[in-house]
Amino acid sequence: MTKVEAPTRALLWRVATIAEIREETISARSLRLDVPGWPGHLAGQHVDVRLTAEDGYQAQRSYSLASDPSTVEITVQRVPRGELSPWLCDIATVGDQFEVRGPVGGYFTWSPQRPEPVLLVAGGSGIVPLMAMVRARGSAESRVPFRLVYSVRDPDTVIYAAEFMRRIRDDQGLDVAIVYTRETPPGAPRPAGRLSAQDLGAMGWPAQSEPACYVCGPTGFVEAAADLLVAAGHDPQRIRTERFGPTS
Amino acid sequence: MQWVDGNDLAGAVRELFATDLTVARGRCAACGREGMVAEAHVYNRAPGLVARCPACEAVLLRLVRAPDRAWLDLRGMSCLEFPLPAE
Repeated sequence: MTKVEAPTRALLWRVATIAEIREETISARSLRLDVPGWPGHLAGQHVDVRLTAEDGYQAQRSYSLASDPSTVEITVQRVPRGELSPWLCDIATVGDQFEVRGPVGGYFTWSPQRPEPVLLVAGGSGIVPLMAMVRARGSAESRVPFRLVYSVRDPDTVIYAAEFMRRIRDDQGLDVAIVYTRETPPGAPRPAGRLSAQDLGAMGWPAQSEPACYVCGPTGFVEAAADLLVAAGHDPQRIRTERFGPTS
Repeated sequence: MQWVDGNDLAGAVRELFATDLTVARGRCAACGREGMVAEAHVYNRAPGLVARCPACEAVLLRLVRAPDRAWLDLRGMSCLEFPLPAE
């Protein structure tokens, strides 16, 4: 079981200023935020984002932190007809401000003190908190073996693609396998299809290695992936999940 | 209707509690299952937040937030165990 540190300070709304924007895919972008007083966070934690319209109407949503604890960064996938993501993805620019509160959530977290191997299973934008873990591992120069199985629709929807190329080369003990569900890049050895028991068997850890498993994605994806892990013999106590609801 | 994990409650309950409720272990008052609040099924497309037991789907927690107050109903959980730093 993870040792969880109990936060003791009141949770405050703080002003965040967009310091940098990176387009990740056609429908996802990363926002690095300047948040004076940010207390730091664990990989996997969230931040609540609140926007206030000129008429006072407020909309709020929780986003996974994408960055290691040295910076505050979120990656936002545009949700059609969403309340916050169209503004964050299409309109917000460097220097714009909104409010954030956090970090929150101590359950779906990883810290570099943990010794056991790690299996990360991501569906779509469920990669974000898992990328925070990969980045925290890299920053801490941890040698804990990490395997990431990342399920995406097609090659154009891979978030952090360039960074993965670099980290596979530079971060010792990190393996990344991408599973394409609808369309593969040319010459891919595996045909397009949903994540299967065979994929997890070939790319993940056997249950005997007793890895810590983190599964994040849309609810249906997480259900299916967690069931595959349990069927492969992984102890449900070692599988942590984060579902962010339907994708549509 | 679709649900998300109890993790989704973290910000909303952190406003009310000094520690993180999502990593507390709760016992379902209906079926007796014990588990972390983070494992509950949370329905958040409503005026409030409703957390249900992942085993029997009984309501564990309801939270409604107004601009200047909040209402919290915890009668679906008969006991909560919080991890705390050692004194």
